[in-house]
Amino acid sequence: MSSIQVIPVHMYVLLSAVLFSIGVMGVIFRRNAIIVFMCVELMLNAVNLLLVAFSSYLSDGAGQVFVFFIMAVAAAEVAVGLAILSMVYRNTKSVDIDTLSKLKE
Amino acid sequence: MTVYLFYLLSFIAILSALMVVFSRNPVYSVLYLIVTFFAIAGHYVLLNAQFLAAVHVIVYAGAIMVLFLYVIMMLNLNTYNEMQKANWLRFGAVVSGCLLMVVLVGSLKGAETMQPGAVHDANIGLVSNLGNVLFKEFLLPFEVSSLLFLAAMTGAVMLGKKSIRS
Repeated sequence: MSSIQVIPVHMYVLLSAVLFSIGVMGVIFRRNAIIVFMCVELMLNAVNLLLVAFSSYLSDGAGQVFVFFIMAVAAAEVAVGLAILSMVYRNTKSVDIDTLSKLKE
Repeated sequence: MTVYLFYLLSFIAILSALMVVFSRNPVYSVLYLIVTFFAIAGHYVLLNAQFLAAVHVIVYAGAIMVLFLYVIMMLNLNTYNEMQKANWLRFGAVVSGCLLMVVLVGSLKGAETMQPGAVHDANIGLVSNLGNVLFKEFLLPFEVSSLLFLAAMTGAVMLGKKSIRS
């Protein structure tokens, strides 16, 4: 038995909202740039979960294809972002995002 | 049974997402993030999206997290003595995160509950159905995403090089 018959869709909306808020909180909370990246991934996953939930409640496959594209974009984003981070580490010897405010001077 | 499974998976997902933010060691953050991803994959299975559950485990837990762990190990960041933000800033981060959650939940409180469609198709998440949708309706975005991957690969290799000889 799937959860569509027994769980109302607003439970999934609530769960996604909580996960998204935790991601936003982590982006503000931490100074380590890698963990900021991980929190961005968490936000993307909250949105993915919501898209899949609506797609199966409406029996429409397009939502799940959107999730597929979001995964592809997230993989590309992580590859480029981690390359940028390792370059930042090579130049500044830290991944602290507060050291990057030197760019504005 | 399914209801208990839903609540258990949601509890695991939220708890490990909080641990991603609050654990001091970056390696532990990555491991908790993997737990979160597995819980979300379990949600996908509950929602009849089996293909996406498999892809999610392979792409996120298999590829992206290995990349994160590799970078953390390579930069030698698995230490506890990381700089923390100022106390008032951390407190403000928690407060603003909770406020965002309150706004999101409160704005959805009055929305009417959607009933599942009358003609419910449980096979929508299988790979044959998704393949039909992907290669009939979304063929152009699919091809464009391959270009995106090519650009991302080129960019990552170029950024990762030590220096570019002119």
